[in-house]
Amino acid sequence: MSSQAEASFLKGVARLAMFTSASKPAHKHHKASRAKRILSRVLIYGALLFWAFVCLFPIYWTITTSFKSAVDVTQGHLIPWVDFQPDWKGWRSLGLSPDTIQGVSTARAEFGSRFANSIVTSVGASVLALILGSLAAYGLSRFRYKFGWMRNDAILFFFMSQLILPPVVLALPFLVLYKALSLLDTRFGLILLYTLTVLPIVIWIMRDQFNAIPIELDEAAFVDGLSTWGAFIRIVLPLAVPGMAAAFILSLVLCWNEYFFAALLTSTDAKTLPVMVASQTGSQGINWWSMAALSTAAIAPLVIVGIFLERYIVSGLTTGAGK
Amino acid sequence: MLASLAFLAVLLIQILHATGAMAAGFADWLPILAAYLLWAIVLGVGQVVIRGERGLRALFLLPAVFFTVAVVIFPTLFGFYIASLDWNLSSLEGPRFYGLNNLTGLFHDTYYWNALSNMIFYTVAVLAEYAIAFGLALLLNAEIRGRKFFRVVFLLPMMLSPVAVSWMIGKSLMEYRFGPAATLARYLGWDNPAFFASPWMAWLSIEAMDAWVSVPFIMIILLAGLQAMPKEVQEAAKVDGANGWQSFVHVTFPIMLPVSITVLIIRIIFKLKLADIVINVTAGGPGGATDTVSSFIYRVYRDRSNVGYGTGLAIFYLLLIIALLTLLLRLSKRWTQKVV
Repeated sequence: MSSQAEASFLKGVARLAMFTSASKPAHKHHKASRAKRILSRVLIYGALLFWAFVCLFPIYWTITTSFKSAVDVTQGHLIPWVDFQPDWKGWRSLGLSPDTIQGVSTARAEFGSRFANSIVTSVGASVLALILGSLAAYGLSRFRYKFGWMRNDAILFFFMSQLILPPVVLALPFLVLYKALSLLDTRFGLILLYTLTVLPIVIWIMRDQFNAIPIELDEAAFVDGLSTWGAFIRIVLPLAVPGMAAAFILSLVLCWNEYFFAALLTSTDAKTLPVMVASQTGSQGINWWSMAALSTAAIAPLVIVGIFLERYIVSGLTTGAGK
Repeated sequence: MLASLAFLAVLLIQILHATGAMAAGFADWLPILAAYLLWAIVLGVGQVVIRGERGLRALFLLPAVFFTVAVVIFPTLFGFYIASLDWNLSSLEGPRFYGLNNLTGLFHDTYYWNALSNMIFYTVAVLAEYAIAFGLALLLNAEIRGRKFFRVVFLLPMMLSPVAVSWMIGKSLMEYRFGPAATLARYLGWDNPAFFASPWMAWLSIEAMDAWVSVPFIMIILLAGLQAMPKEVQEAAKVDGANGWQSFVHVTFPIMLPVSITVLIIRIIFKLKLADIVINVTAGGPGGATDTVSSFIYRVYRDRSNVGYGTGLAIFYLLLIIALLTLLLRLSKRWTQKVV
């Protein structure tokens, strides 16, 4: 590490020396262009830092507010230990602070069940969508289909066109149907709905992934005596893991954040975390710290995913872009 | 195969009769779902038995098709049916045939038209989001240190749930009395920083929040487009003596046009679904200034439990969206062909 730093330092010195010696003849010109360069650097980094602040401040504000007391909130104190003394107040109201974590807490039980619902529904829907989507994507990428007048392009468009369907169109029919099917307020009902919302995206990503895997591999597998499905499961699928990870994580995030369907179709048993957060936002002012703690807990998994699995999200989102 | 198909169709009708007409059937309709699943499996097996290899291939596609038909196509068609009913879920009367009255009612519903016209503004605002996102993508594509750090940070807002964002920003940062945004606004000379009192300000605040969440998405796709662009093109422009602005207008922007149009259309599709933030921050107020169609229909259901009318509104909206997107796709196709 230190030797590396040393090397880069030496390189910098060398460059500086080169620069000064080379710039002597055209001194004036270089000075102007250098000032311009520095100015543009300052502007670029200024803009970058400004936007980073815009992105991070609300998150910072929420996390710190969960450790504030009422006075600190009203007086607009911002920096822990400098402006205000952090306190577990918000977390205590959720039963998640160090001194209450051992005891019994109805708030924590409620939070825990919502959290579990969110995890079960988003993981379940992502898995289901990944299975259905990968199969369909492999088929669309490898074979030619003809369902009546529909060819591969038309079938793909059929799947993708579901993206434009606004949730409101489906929400009320589903309300009626789920009532008849006794699926209202169940996790299974939500999983079905969430699967349908992410299925087009999964198909899109996975088709791109399968297209990137050379078809010669399949053919070699056929020569080795594997069947169509054997080649898919043993040869192609292991190679498609990066695309699957991207699709899985992206749909996980989308399902975790979904609010509209959950608000309409769940009431007590299958309520997810966003619905819980939303139901608490009505109460203002006085219990800011508990709201902040709740919001922090709701976004924490996503912030962690965003920081550590960012490259999967990016590769999932940018599928097909730039082509 | 035909036999199994016919058999299961009969079974389906049988069960329908048992529950609907004779009351001697199952307690709810869940068995129908099971029957549908069974029918789908039998059909899949039948395909393999009868068509051999081609059946095996069809098996890749069939699960997704069956799923989509069951949870998208059928409910949408069912929606058309509900839209023709006068059906209040909270009353005991049950559904009543209403014909096209929901449709005519819709044309006299000023709140609905207000929400629709709001959607036009929201959609146009996508262009502003696009401009910001393009700027950020260019910044990230410049030669900078810590690109990975900035990329992660810029992407974070997209990951957060809109509901949490509506509390974090809408309800606390922009809080009138002591939210930091209000404090900053006072400091900058705005005496009365009520973000959600006047119609225009409220709309702008909601749009700002939505932009905060969605700019990263546009940005990351534009960035991918920029990085896929061959470096030689830029250098050639530089050699020809183009300055930064000229090379952007004449080189970068035209090359990025197809990506831009794709991302704009995707973004418009998602914008047309906007609801979460509006429901949770302003509930459509003040005076419907921030209402989106989705949030309005949500309230129609929440306040009046009127399933028939709500679905009618939603279906009408869907038809409008389809018309708009067809038009957009046509136009964009023609436009890109002309430029390239």
